[in-house]
Amino acid sequence: MAVHDITTPAAGSSTSLRRGRRHRGERVIEAFLVVAALVSIATTVGIIVALLQPTLRFFQEVSLVEFFTSTSWTPTFADKHYGVLPLVVATILTTLIAIAVAIPLGVGAAIYLAEYASDRTRRAVKPVLEILAGIPTVVYGFFALFALNPILQKYWPGNEKPGFFNVMVAGIVMGIMIVPTIASLSEDAMSAVPRSLREGAYALASSKMQVATRVVFPAAISGIIASFVLGISRALGETMIVTIAAGLSSDKVIWNPIEAAATMTAYIANVASGDIPVDSIDYTTVFAVGSLLFVMTFALNVLSIRLVRKFREVYE
Amino acid sequence: MSTTGVVSPRVATAEGQALTQRKVRIGEVVFRLVLQACLLIAFLFLVWLVSYAVVRGWKRLDSRLWENMPVGRISRIDSAGVQSAITGTLWVILTTAVLCLPTGIFGAIYLEEYADQTKWYNRLLELNIQNLAGVPSIIFGILGLGIIARQFGLGFTVITAAIVLALLVLPIVIIATREAIRAVPQSIRQASYALGATKWQTVSRQVLPAAVPGIATGSILAISRAIGEAAPLIVLGAVTFVTTNPDGLLSKYTTLPIQIFNLIGEAQLGYQEIGAAAIVLLLGIVLLLNSIAIFVRIRFQKRW
Repeated sequence: MAVHDITTPAAGSSTSLRRGRRHRGERVIEAFLVVAALVSIATTVGIIVALLQPTLRFFQEVSLVEFFTSTSWTPTFADKHYGVLPLVVATILTTLIAIAVAIPLGVGAAIYLAEYASDRTRRAVKPVLEILAGIPTVVYGFFALFALNPILQKYWPGNEKPGFFNVMVAGIVMGIMIVPTIASLSEDAMSAVPRSLREGAYALASSKMQVATRVVFPAAISGIIASFVLGISRALGETMIVTIAAGLSSDKVIWNPIEAAATMTAYIANVASGDIPVDSIDYTTVFAVGSLLFVMTFALNVLSIRLVRKFREVYE
Repeated sequence: MSTTGVVSPRVATAEGQALTQRKVRIGEVVFRLVLQACLLIAFLFLVWLVSYAVVRGWKRLDSRLWENMPVGRISRIDSAGVQSAITGTLWVILTTAVLCLPTGIFGAIYLEEYADQTKWYNRLLELNIQNLAGVPSIIFGILGLGIIARQFGLGFTVITAAIVLALLVLPIVIIATREAIRAVPQSIRQASYALGATKWQTVSRQVLPAAVPGIATGSILAISRAIGEAAPLIVLGAVTFVTTNPDGLLSKYTTLPIQIFNLIGEAQLGYQEIGAAAIVLLLGIVLLLNSIAIFVRIRFQKRW
């Protein structure tokens, strides 16, 4: 940005009038651009304001202790309990299943693309990954419920079979959804590792696998972890797959993944879509759960931004 | 790479060396196969997903889909379609594009060409945009519910949905535009200034035209993402069966993802088939747009 100064040469006397008008135009345009940039700040402020007011109202009626320690979430029942743990546990379960699927597949695909695939294959596969990353999540939900779950129910080992709605199938499909994200970002990180490191390793008689796993992978680790963090953040906030396939029960904490359970997002989607009076406590539960979700994803986003910076600093 | 041979110098005898060599080679081959399998499994799942939707919706993939309205919950499944969802998607997405593309592109121009990156408020702005890109879409729905629909009094209308979707995909437009602008070399700007151009003349006549492919790619990807979003609109009360086409920014609406969510939630197979057919339509639109976006980038982006 060192070119700023060249734009304002000392005004000559004959053209000062025209230049003055010109400068006013420039100022107007700059002000306009600033306003456009400020929309993003307004969005964040809006989100915080929208979440905060009803959340505070919620905590006037429900204590923080009950919110975080009670193990039942039944705001719409006659016997009301406001313990968020069932929602949090379901969210963590689906997320864990999702990353257990997405990390091996995504990283494996990324190592293959970065280290093994020919240039032609890479140039063909990467765009396809990007195109597929745009499949709407409602479609994944449909797939989970009707295509994958019957197969899961049929071949599940053990006597107890997964239900029509279950955490397992939602988590697996969410993992499939995240694979393109993790593969694409990890591949970027590994491709950014300088050639000289690989050549140095080959010169020391390393095999291809050793170069991939002991040189390139560690060198790209912060970028790869950033892709994991981003994947986890997407899994936490994913709504449609869990709303469609994971079920809506939240009256107790469920650790068994073949049972149905509502995640935080599924609860929000389900309750907010019903007709609820604005001044009821039901209405504020949506915002309280939303605040918790926002704080969790915010922490992960900050972590992932830091990690990406770190790997950029090293090699770019 | 034929460098596999010299791995273990510890083994002294030729015989032993040959043995380890073979072991190492097998390890190499297995490793490579496992990696290929990872990529293949991911692809096969996606192929399965698309073909499953086509098979399930095949019977209903005909003109009924866009000629007819969704009907009440029990009657006339055979003649039901998703016309109001198609027109609703068009209304909402066109409004979203009008709101979000200029804002995103101008905001990116400010950050890339005007902002002093050493100032704390500009760094905050940048961090804020990166964070917004990772905020779950349902949180944007809550923003729409609490502020836009209730406090601004816009209700559950086309304009509320469009504002929420525009804010949701704004970071995508900004990040893509900034990258495209950054790729234009400084020498072009300096040449323009040397000819006496002002800052805005330089930006609008030299930098932006050179950055168009990158901006177009980002914009199309953003719009495509908005088309497929359902979660924020569900929070905005869009789940009710709307059987009319929108006739303005303040009318009620439904969109394809919302209608799909409704249809596949019905117990009757007939509804699920219509839902599957609507999924094929939605996938067709989204995958086509994404393909265009990637094609534009590969074909038209300049390498300086």
